[in-house]
Amino acid sequence: MTIQKTARLTMGAAAMAVMGATAAHAWEPTKPVEFVIPAGTGGGADQMARFIQGVISKHSLMKQPMIVVNKGGGAGAEGFLEVKGAAGNPHKIIITLSNLFTTPYGTGVPFSYKEMTPVAMLALDQFVLWVNKDAPYKTAKEYIDAVKAAEDKKYKMGGTGSKQEDQIITAALERVTAPKKFVYIPYKGGGEVATQLVGNHVNSSVNNPIEAVAQWRGGALRPLCIFDGKRSTYTAKVTETMAWSDIPTCKESGLPTEYQMLRGIFMPAGVKAEETAFYVDLFKKVRATPDWKEFMEKGAFNDTFMTGADYAKWVAAADKTHFDLMKEAGFLAAGAAAPAAK
Amino acid sequence: MEELSSLMHGFAVVLTPFNLFLMCVGILLGVIIGVLPGLGGANGVAILLPLTFSMPPTSAIIMLTCIYWGALFGGAITSILFNIPGEPWSVATTFDGHPMAQRGRADEALTAAFTSSFIGAFFAVVLITFLAPVVARFALKFGPAEFFAVFFLTFASFIGMGKGSPWKTLAAMCLGLALASVGLDKVTGTLRLTFGHTELLTGFDFLIAVIGLFGIGEILASMESGLKFQGATAKIRMDAVLQTWKKLPQYWATSLRSCAIGCWMGITPGGATPASFMSYALAKRFSKNGDNFGKGEIEGVIAPETAAHAAGTAAMLPMLTLGIPGSPTAAVLLGGLLIWGLQPGPLLFIEQKEFVWGLIASMYLGNVVGLIIVLTCVPLFAAILRIPFSIIAPAILVICAVGAYTVNNSMFDVWLMLVFGLAGYVFNKLGYPLAPLVLAIVLGSKAEESFRQALLGSQGDLTVFFSNWLVGGIMGLGMVMLFWPLIAMVVGKIRGGTKSATA
Repeated sequence: MTIQKTARLTMGAAAMAVMGATAAHAWEPTKPVEFVIPAGTGGGADQMARFIQGVISKHSLMKQPMIVVNKGGGAGAEGFLEVKGAAGNPHKIIITLSNLFTTPYGTGVPFSYKEMTPVAMLALDQFVLWVNKDAPYKTAKEYIDAVKAAEDKKYKMGGTGSKQEDQIITAALERVTAPKKFVYIPYKGGGEVATQLVGNHVNSSVNNPIEAVAQWRGGALRPLCIFDGKRSTYTAKVTETMAWSDIPTCKESGLPTEYQMLRGIFMPAGVKAEETAFYVDLFKKVRATPDWKEFMEKGAFNDTFMTGADYAKWVAAADKTHFDLMKEAGFLAAGAAAPAAK
Repeated sequence: MEELSSLMHGFAVVLTPFNLFLMCVGILLGVIIGVLPGLGGANGVAILLPLTFSMPPTSAIIMLTCIYWGALFGGAITSILFNIPGEPWSVATTFDGHPMAQRGRADEALTAAFTSSFIGAFFAVVLITFLAPVVARFALKFGPAEFFAVFFLTFASFIGMGKGSPWKTLAAMCLGLALASVGLDKVTGTLRLTFGHTELLTGFDFLIAVIGLFGIGEILASMESGLKFQGATAKIRMDAVLQTWKKLPQYWATSLRSCAIGCWMGITPGGATPASFMSYALAKRFSKNGDNFGKGEIEGVIAPETAAHAAGTAAMLPMLTLGIPGSPTAAVLLGGLLIWGLQPGPLLFIEQKEFVWGLIASMYLGNVVGLIIVLTCVPLFAAILRIPFSIIAPAILVICAVGAYTVNNSMFDVWLMLVFGLAGYVFNKLGYPLAPLVLAIVLGSKAEESFRQALLGSQGDLTVFFSNWLVGGIMGLGMVMLFWPLIAMVVGKIRGGTKSATA
């Protein structure tokens, strides 16, 4: 015990010397930190949160342990309501997916990003339009033209969940295919969607890269376009002939649809500035590790980091976008409130 | 036999002292996790996942899969001893396992459960070893309509089973379906039947219902019957394992059928829970002693345990070859693979030979080690029943409450568990069967989901359920099962008629 303690003290002293005087007064967690995942085990948010937990403990980035808790009930409402109810508690953080915006609008459960303190954007998750390798379409344009030419509701789009990101992208695509619509079939998870596409039970999907990459590499799926403003920056070959950067943007293929999913961190409302600062610093350290870089590349994430006012502004804009898309698609629940004008 | 040489290479990878040590640690942890209701295999693996990041991937997956095997073994223990299923797939084990324990045959029931678990798993591993690519392609044929057909078959094979009035069975099942529909409607993404209460957002978790209905209900019933478990009079026989083993070979047909059901459900991926229910129902139907099921028939323990373990093991196959998890635990392991830098999918068997064959070899070894560990503990587990009820009942209550709390970290669930406990007691008194209720809670929402997905795809056309040989075949089988009592009656009438005519 004593040896460990001394070691820790020396390390602490060394760290302090490096960081200078500012670190001396910084706030630190005084008990275990609860990391809430507003989704079930095994999904994208869950993987990222558990990965972060592993990185933090592997590199000893925090003295207190981090406990990961899944609260995915009611499309994530369970987790967000818990953070909303924990105002002023600096020992609770939450990782978000798009259900931060879609769940309150889609179900009417009363919570909003405004009732939490934004900490940092860790990355943006990409979406790609996939078809089965046996399908005749080589480009997104060919596929969309086929949808337009066919009778209404002939093409099946498989996706994760209902009135969530995948269905919202589908609704956005229907702006282009109008008046023809897709039949959207909701499944439990992204892996299931990819498999259903391989088995030809649906015609296309908008899986995240990490959900479909295995089937792509195995030669079972073909990516048509990526829903980002610019191509991916990862140029290492994923299959024998293609890298993530070889997938054209949907805009290049004449589909003016962009969508990315927030992987960000929030804290309860009413926490002090130095408490938020601790977590911003913590996630900066996480992002500096080689493990993180590898994780980003594996999932072809858009590796964007934002904090403070920039992050808050991004979130507010994303909220507005989701509201507009969901309103247009008729996904709003009866009790859902519109975002404030400002 | 390329597979055999690969497998031998796999054994060479696994057989290091460090890996064997991890294997034992994993099995022991798994048994403990399986015993505690609420803390399921998926949670256990998820909690320990970050610990493994600094290990080599092969060692990490050996430890985590061993936790999984351990949990599969452990789930049976509390089911048999206290009527509390530690895991969803052990519910069917309680039907005959607990009556056996009450008659002082706990050691027999435990031995049968562990041994059949092992047989099921072994069968599934052999399947994985030699047929992985073929079987993986079969799984791809399953769309929403096929999944619904599987759930329909499970329900259908269960319906004629009730001892009492079929109307009571139907009532219990409908109540279960109603409870299953509370919470988020996954197809439309809207909330239903929550009446504005945020506690109901998550719906009624299957585990809470089961812990209450079976565990608490059982304690209430025991209290009424004089504050003691009848199993208390059981003698501890050290040779129970060998005695039971002598009896097992005569049930080879049941074992084989259960293995097949389990592998099928694990691969497709229906999961271990429907596998155990379906296997129990079919065993009851085809067994000579079918009428004794539910009163402590050893075959009623063998069937669900074999199928559950076969399904649990076979679930690893779609995870490795397709990247789709066949069970919640497999879903967490899948996340682990990605974190360790491995890409599950069609290429894993080619690119990561050492990892894959090491894992498969560890499945063989892990189950052997697991069987030895749990079998040596049989007399110990059976001895727990000799503890006076007044001491053990509060302990069980606490474990149940902790288990219910763990599921969602919510105090509301603990109250809910007590309500279910009272309901279970009342149901027993009034002669309403609990099994259909539980079956409906666990499979109701899945069946509904795939039914609606299928109809969405076909734009409301019901013929989608008979659109190809696969889905049509399963549906047809389900129909036969559903109307079996009626068919049997008619056949009996005709035979009876001819008999009386000749007489």
